[in-house]
Amino acid sequence: MSTLVAEQLLNGVQLGVMLFLLAAGLTLVFGIMGVINLAHGSLYMIGAFAAAAAARATGSWGLALLAGLAAAGVVGMAIELLVLRRLYARDHLDQVLATFGLILFFNQGIVMLFGRQPLFMQVPPWLGGSVEILPGVPYPAYRLLIIAVGLAVAVGLYLLIQHTRIGMLVRAGATHREMVRALGVDIRLLYTLVFGLGALLAGLAGLMAGPVYNVSVGMGEQILILTFVVVVIGGIGSIRGALFGALLVGITDTLLRGFVPGLLRSALPPDQADALGASLSSMGVYLLMAVVLLVKPRGLFPAHA
Amino acid sequence: MPERGWTYRGVLALLLALAAALPFAAQALDSPASIGIATQMACFAIAAASLNLILGHGGLVSFGHAAYFGLGGYAVGILWEHFRLGEPIFGLIPGSNELLVTLPTAMLVSGLAAAAIGALSLRTSGVQFIMITLAFAQMVFFLFVGLKQYGGDDGLSVRRHNLVPGLDLRDPAQLYWLCLGILAVWLFLLHRIIGSRFGRVLEGVRQNERRMAALGVSTYPYKLVAFVISGVGCGIAGALMANYLRYVSPEMMSWQRSGDIMVMVILGGMGTMLGPVLGAVALVGLEYTLGGLTEHWPFFLGPILLLVVLFLRGGLMGLFGVRRGSG
Repeated sequence: MSTLVAEQLLNGVQLGVMLFLLAAGLTLVFGIMGVINLAHGSLYMIGAFAAAAAARATGSWGLALLAGLAAAGVVGMAIELLVLRRLYARDHLDQVLATFGLILFFNQGIVMLFGRQPLFMQVPPWLGGSVEILPGVPYPAYRLLIIAVGLAVAVGLYLLIQHTRIGMLVRAGATHREMVRALGVDIRLLYTLVFGLGALLAGLAGLMAGPVYNVSVGMGEQILILTFVVVVIGGIGSIRGALFGALLVGITDTLLRGFVPGLLRSALPPDQADALGASLSSMGVYLLMAVVLLVKPRGLFPAHA
Repeated sequence: MPERGWTYRGVLALLLALAAALPFAAQALDSPASIGIATQMACFAIAAASLNLILGHGGLVSFGHAAYFGLGGYAVGILWEHFRLGEPIFGLIPGSNELLVTLPTAMLVSGLAAAAIGALSLRTSGVQFIMITLAFAQMVFFLFVGLKQYGGDDGLSVRRHNLVPGLDLRDPAQLYWLCLGILAVWLFLLHRIIGSRFGRVLEGVRQNERRMAALGVSTYPYKLVAFVISGVGCGIAGALMANYLRYVSPEMMSWQRSGDIMVMVILGGMGTMLGPVLGAVALVGLEYTLGGLTEHWPFFLGPILLLVVLFLRGGLMGLFGVRRGSG
C-alpha cells in the first residue's frame, strides 16, 4: 500500500511539473501583458507533434528535442507578432475570442497534416528502464527525468527572474507596466521575448509528454484548462504561485484518480464505481480551485499584492 | 437605425414574419433540411441572447454557460428516460414526456444551478470570474460523464419528441415555429428587463461597479438575479435543442460549447437586442456552409473569428450601425 502511495505521489509530482512548465509561461504572459492566451495549449500540442514527427522521420532524439522546441518557439513568436500584439489594449473578452479562433485553426491544421489517429512516441531506449527509488519500489526512469527537468526549469526561472536584468524588467513589468515603458524600456521586445520563452516551455512540456500520454489533437485543451486552474490557484503573474499550484493540482488530481474508484467499489458495482470515481476525481481539482478562490479571491500568491 | 420608434418595430415585425415563413420557402425550394438548421439557429439564439444579458449588459464574462444549456437538455432527457422505464426519479418524481412539464423543469433546474454557481462565482471578478465559471461548468460536465445510468459519455437518446397540446413536434415546421415563438417571447422579455430600472442598474455595474456602489446600490443581488435569468434562458434553449436532436450528451456542456455561445454574442454584437440572434444565425450558418465545402471547416472558421475580433468592433450589428447603447 505504501509503495502504491509513493508511486502515485511521484506520478502526481510528474504531472505537477508538466503543469508548471505550461503555467509558468501562461502566468508570465498574463501577469506582464494582461493577455489571456487560450492558444497556449496549442503550443504544447505543436511541440509534441513536431517532436513525434521528427523522431519518426529521423530516429534521433536530439533532433526531436530541437524540432519540438523550435516549432513551439517559432509558432509562439508568430502568434505574438501577428495576433496578440494587436490585442494588448483590448479587454479579456476579445482576447478569449481571438485565441479561441486560433485553437480551431491549429487543431484542424494538425488534423490536416497528421490525420486524426494519435501518434505514438517511444521512450528513448537508454531511459526505458526503471530506478529503485525506495527499497523494492521501482519507478520509470523517464518520469524521473521529467521531474528533474521541470525542477531544473523552476530553478533556472527563479535565477533568471530574481537575479538578471531581464528578470528585473519582467518583475517590474508585472507590477508597474506603464512605469517601465515610461522609463524607456523597449517593452515590445520584452513582450516578444517573454512570450517566446513561454512558448518554448510549453513546447518542452509537449515533447516530454509524448511518450507518457498520447500525442493527439485536443491534447492541448485537456491540459490547458488544468493549467488555468493552476494559474488561478497560484495567483496570476506569480511564478512561485505557479510552481506551488502546479504541484498541488498535479498531486491532488493523481491521488484522487488513483484511490477514489477503489473506495467507491466497496459501495457500488465495479463498472458504475469506476465511471463515477473517474468523474468525481475529475471534479476534484475544480472544487479545489473554487474553494481557493472563495477563500482567497486573488489566489494563494498574488503577484500584485 | 435606433433600437426604438415605429420604423424599428416595423423592421422587427418584418423579420419575424420572414422567419415564420421559412418552412414554406424551404418546401418550395425542396430543401427540408434547412428547417432543421433554422431550428438550431433559434435554439442557440435563445442561449446567446440570455448570455448577452450578463455579458453585454452586465459586463460579466461567464465562460460556463453551456452547463445550463446542458442541464436544460438533460432535464428533458432524464424525464423521458424515467417516463420510458415507468420508474419515478428517486422513487418520488414521475417521468414525463409533456413539454409543459419538461420545459418548466428545465428552467427550474438550470435556474437553481445558476443560483448556486452564481452566488459563489460572483464573489470574484475579472479573470478569476471567467475561470471560476469555467471550473463549475467543468464540474457539471464531468458529473454527467460519470452518470452511467444516464448514458455517461455516450449520452441519452430521447426516442420521441415531447408532446404539446395542439402541436405535433414530429413535424419539423411545427417544432421550428415553437422555437421561433419562444425566441420572440424571450427576446421581448429580455428587452423589457434591460429597459427597466433593474436593467439600468446592470448597465451601471458594467460601466463602473464602484460608482454604483458609491451611489448606494448593493450590486451583488442585481448581478446574481441577472446571472440566474441568463441561466434559465440557456436551460430553455437546451430543452428545445434536446427536442430537436432527440439526444442529449455531456458534449452539450463542454467548454467548447460555452465558447461557441460566447462567440455568437460577440460575433453578432454585444449589448444589442438582435446581435446575439444574428451571431447565432451567422455561426450556425457558417458551420453548415463551410462544413458542406470541406471537412476541415474549423481551419477556416478560426481565422474568420480572429478577423472579426481584430477588425469588426461591435460585431455584425456594427455593420448596420447598431451599437451598444444606441437604443
